[in-house]
Amino acid sequence: MLLRNLWPRLSSAFGVGIIVVSAICASLTMASAEDFITIQSTTSTRDSGLYDFILPVFQKSSGIEVRVVSVGTGQAIKNAADCNGDVLLVHSKPDEEKFVADGFGIKRFDVMYNDFVIVGPKDDPAKINGLKDIELALQNISNSKSFFASRGDDSGTHKAELKLWKLANVDPKPFSGEWYLETGSGMGKTLNVAIGKNAYALTDRSTWAKYGNKQGFVVSVEGLPPLLNQYGVIAVSADKCPNVKTDLAGKFVNWVTSKEGQQAIGEYRIDGEQVFFPNAQNALN
Amino acid sequence: MDKTSTILPLEGSGLSVVRDGRVLLDVDHVKLGKQGVTCILGHNGAGKSLLLKVLSGLVKPDLGLVRWNGASIERADYKKFGYMKQNAVLLRRSAKANLEFPLLSFGWSKQDASTKADAALEKAGLTHITHSSARVLSGGERQRLSLARMLIVSPQIAILDEPTASLDPESTAAIEQTIKSLSGTGVPVILVTHNLNQARRLADNIIFLHQGKILSQQSSLSFFNNPECEEAKKFISE
Amino acid sequence: MQELSNTFWDAFGLLLRFDADLYEIIGLSLKVSFTALIFACLIGIPLGALLASTPFRGRAVINVLVNTLMGMPPVVVGLILYLILSANGPLGVLQLLYTPTAMILAQAVLVTPIVAALSRQALEEMNEEYTEQFKLFGLGKTEILKTLIWEARYALLTAILAGLGRAMAEVGAVLIVGGNIDHLTRVMTTTIALETSRGNLAIALGLGIVLIGISLIINASLYAMRYTAKASRYG
Repeated sequence: MLLRNLWPRLSSAFGVGIIVVSAICASLTMASAEDFITIQSTTSTRDSGLYDFILPVFQKSSGIEVRVVSVGTGQAIKNAADCNGDVLLVHSKPDEEKFVADGFGIKRFDVMYNDFVIVGPKDDPAKINGLKDIELALQNISNSKSFFASRGDDSGTHKAELKLWKLANVDPKPFSGEWYLETGSGMGKTLNVAIGKNAYALTDRSTWAKYGNKQGFVVSVEGLPPLLNQYGVIAVSADKCPNVKTDLAGKFVNWVTSKEGQQAIGEYRIDGEQVFFPNAQNALN
Repeated sequence: MDKTSTILPLEGSGLSVVRDGRVLLDVDHVKLGKQGVTCILGHNGAGKSLLLKVLSGLVKPDLGLVRWNGASIERADYKKFGYMKQNAVLLRRSAKANLEFPLLSFGWSKQDASTKADAALEKAGLTHITHSSARVLSGGERQRLSLARMLIVSPQIAILDEPTASLDPESTAAIEQTIKSLSGTGVPVILVTHNLNQARRLADNIIFLHQGKILSQQSSLSFFNNPECEEAKKFISE
Repeated sequence: MQELSNTFWDAFGLLLRFDADLYEIIGLSLKVSFTALIFACLIGIPLGALLASTPFRGRAVINVLVNTLMGMPPVVVGLILYLILSANGPLGVLQLLYTPTAMILAQAVLVTPIVAALSRQALEEMNEEYTEQFKLFGLGKTEILKTLIWEARYALLTAILAGLGRAMAEVGAVLIVGGNIDHLTRVMTTTIALETSRGNLAIALGLGIVLIGISLIINASLYAMRYTAKASRYG
């Protein structure tokens, strides 16, 4: 019936509309800085608030804007491999080394470590508060069938957790859905589940320190060697990702492993407590 | 017949409409456009409305041709065509805006359309609903408004399909009065009605339809006194 | 119960402090969703009009497609767009990933089917009602379209508002293609998700209230506009 004859009019209205929309889009996108890099990192690192503290220092001294995309470790690595990031900063050493071995990253550097803690309800149903033996603690949780909230998302935290269960010679997987709750989510969401279900959970100290919904939960087990959590930083390689900002990425990697960057990391406090411990090898420069 | 008319006469030849094996319309030849009021009479389902719709180009017949002033109906110019449906379809606007609408679509200026609409409302005795939403009018008001809308474009023919079918006596009388005066100005009026008394009051000529066929075309006088066919006789006596 | 009401009052406190960051987030949310809505209407309403009035081969297929797309999970749209806009994807050279433009695109994809389907519905009904009468008026094709759209204006407005609601409420698509980057691609819904995952329920709830409040204001003003329009004149 009508549209064939309306085509000229519709297309001009359409054309005007497209121009308007494009102008708006352009204004929104062009407001961004010239020099910027994109870091693919993890939710736990973001939730700790570390980036809000150290990145302004970097931006001031280098003039480079840093955009942080915070997702699960697996997704961060995938995003970087998709060439959607200039720098990868996660805490899963085997995966990071594979990233470099596969040619996606130039070189991996130690950057800092924090530690994991097991948090749990004050009334401690599994009787693990204050234990100095991680294997015993996990065995107690399993034997008492106390609720345990796991990340369940292949993140650095999740992999660390699985390593600990292995160490304790306990396989929690068969009990998934019973007392072992796999949320498949980030640290904050997993903690929400833990609080809600009165469950224990493994979390990095910094996320816990910043977490705002503790509801009387306490740190049940801490300070043991198996609970250390190492972070690595890698600049994405131009071999696999021709459009990566190699120069700028390199500047960031250099800075964060340098005296200045390491100092910034060490100065970060949550409630007066230091949560990240710089340990880059070339912290001498 | 008005010699300067651009759309008259309306002429149908060999018209045939069949649905589900039933013959709904079967008319060899019909020509509308004589001055005066021509009533199309017949039982419900005789095909009266269908005939009008086919001649108006609203329904395409399975067979046959419809011509307006000799030209194919594909090129029909509706601007001078007046058609009033049984249940008026009014726009979701005020009564006045409904009257202005056809004029504005013809290119009239807002000012002229407004003046003409006011005049039409007054003539139809509808000034009290000028700004009322057309959708909330009573049945009688809707039909009178619809009639006024048909007339506002000064049509060369006025076709009315059961205009007073569901109306109260007062509204019916108002509309019949308008029809009479319209016919008096020389505009051919075609009226479909199943109300014999209305036909007696208004018609100059009668076309009688029965089961899709035109059985007789007579002047009103001769139809009511001396109907040509049996079915017509039966119809009148019912 | 005590916890919930505490959170509620905390939220109000935060709102009243008129945080600059908050305004930045609200501003971006509105820009992204409204721009996406404009885009969606430019395509959706004519498409709806076409589907309502012109029979063409394959129209039934398009109708089913549009209806199905209405229910697309936002996170799936986000994922598909991520793969397309990714640096190693087909449109990677445009470098749109992690920009507000990508977010506008994602929401436009989500909202267009809604606007199209609901416009089609509204105009279909109008068309059925008026088609004979329009023919009797001898209206040209542009006239018919214009009149149909005007007659259906309230139903079309509802369609547009439904589209806007969908855009402002979704989080899955903008999260993936925008990256929730601070001061760049962070909008109200992604911030709510973020603050919830940080356990900052007061802030999250506060933002939720703002989001609902904005929606309420938009809908209320349009309703008031309609009410006064009806009361004074009839187009």
